[in-house]
Amino acid sequence: MRSEASKGLALSAPASLYVGALVSIPLGILVVYSFWTQTYVSIDKTFTAVNYREALTDPLVRHLLVRSIFIAGMVTIATVALAYPIAYFIAFRTQKKTLWLLLITIPFWSSYLLRVFSWKLILGFNGVLNSALLSLNLIDQPLTFLLYNELAVVLTLAHAWAPFAILPIYVSLQKIDPSLLEAATDLGLSPAESFFRVTLPMTVPGIVAASLIIFIPTVGDYVTPALVGGSEGKMIANLIQVQFGAANNWPLGATLSLIAMVTVGLVAILFVVLATTAGRRIR
Amino acid sequence: MTRFRRYLPGLPAYAFAYLVFLYTPVLLLPVFSFNDGTIVAFPLKGLTLKWYAQLGAQETLIRALFNSLIVGGIAALASTSLGLFAARAYVRYRFPAKEMSEGLVMLPLVIPGIIVASSMLIMFVSIGLKPSLTAVILGHTFLALPFAVSIMKSAFDEFDQSLEEAAYDLGETIIGTFRRVTLPIVSPGIIASLLVTFTVSFDEFVLAFFLSGNQPTLPVYIWSQIRFPAKLPNTLALGSILLLASILLLVVAEYFRRRTSKTSI
Repeated sequence: MRSEASKGLALSAPASLYVGALVSIPLGILVVYSFWTQTYVSIDKTFTAVNYREALTDPLVRHLLVRSIFIAGMVTIATVALAYPIAYFIAFRTQKKTLWLLLITIPFWSSYLLRVFSWKLILGFNGVLNSALLSLNLIDQPLTFLLYNELAVVLTLAHAWAPFAILPIYVSLQKIDPSLLEAATDLGLSPAESFFRVTLPMTVPGIVAASLIIFIPTVGDYVTPALVGGSEGKMIANLIQVQFGAANNWPLGATLSLIAMVTVGLVAILFVVLATTAGRRIR
Repeated sequence: MTRFRRYLPGLPAYAFAYLVFLYTPVLLLPVFSFNDGTIVAFPLKGLTLKWYAQLGAQETLIRALFNSLIVGGIAALASTSLGLFAARAYVRYRFPAKEMSEGLVMLPLVIPGIIVASSMLIMFVSIGLKPSLTAVILGHTFLALPFAVSIMKSAFDEFDQSLEEAAYDLGETIIGTFRRVTLPIVSPGIIASLLVTFTVSFDEFVLAFFLSGNQPTLPVYIWSQIRFPAKLPNTLALGSILLLASILLLVVAEYFRRRTSKTSI
């Protein structure tokens, strides 16, 4: 009989090696590429930081990066704020928890591409919403502010990521010991006070988890800005894709990917630090 | 607790409004896929099935469907096998760097898609693997692994260890025990994992967009069709079929998942 430790290592090794290799090797090569340069059809392999200089001084890159962070931040706030009451409802106000959780996760399992595409059809100039409002005589001109802007991107992403906000918050609400809430009531706290001083602080870990799960992938989202963002709502991923596609400048694309990743990482770390201190303070 | 129940009477109404928000975009595709007109707008023009009927004649679509089925099938098998062993290790054994390993296999969930896609493209090309279905399969196995591991973990959580010990005591070998005791008991979990990971792969777009080269998967094919307004009704019909397929697969997966765990979600 081999020891417990070696059995555990042997069984988990294929999965962790697979993920480890497919994270570290591509990232390593990405770093190397980012120091190379594209010369028309071939790649010049002399080490240079010219891509970084170009990317960091280009106002377009900075603009898209700031916008991506901003949009992802708005999406995170909107999704968490909209989801919190639902998580609360499922945790405390309904007996049919499983049914509700299922209802909320089902739409998420349909194709992401198709859901985003559907929002484009809803918000378009001749789209579902405008035509519905027109035929109800609520408006006499199609609304033009619906599609191809940052708002459309935020709305679409807030829809796409809803379950990722609801589930972690629900789990953290579930963990609250009811006797704590009873104690708060017995000590004379109003329902609102006991929510802000007991329930909310205890769900900070859930809120932080939900925010990270939404924020990190959203910064690098490609489909939504491409379909509903227009030129006003383009994000950093669209620029990266152009480098790997039409512009055919892979080294610059690699540089942009790395810059985006580092930026996301820094913002995420900053957020976790801020949120945990804030969580401690309300308590 | 009774005081809480009376507080915020609008909450159930909000919950229903939220469901409407969640389901409207999803249900829109099927509704307009039966519409006898090429413009997606109210009022509806009348019912037709012709958009569905036209799908069968499109060769590139059929090829893309086959590509997606192959990719999804292999990625599901690969990620579920990796997940099966890893989950067993995480649930059964204590070993060095266990937490690190458990965190590592969840990493694919939180790396932005564009970074996974661009870095994998560069790596595959660097090692001489041209963008192809093979590249997509390797990528999708990576993306689906966290789902396989979490489903298999909950399957092993419910598993009574003493059954295996009994099998050893009765003289079964390690492999025999795994095959004749462990596997049959966790098989609903395996089926659930296969279905979920297949769905993850089947619906994935960005990675396939970067890695599929001239062998498009179904989402990549849909992406190429979205630009043409004339193709819109066909795309809606195709989308509706995919929607139905995904939801059916998930309902079946949920059924099997529940058979492994008696605790609700």
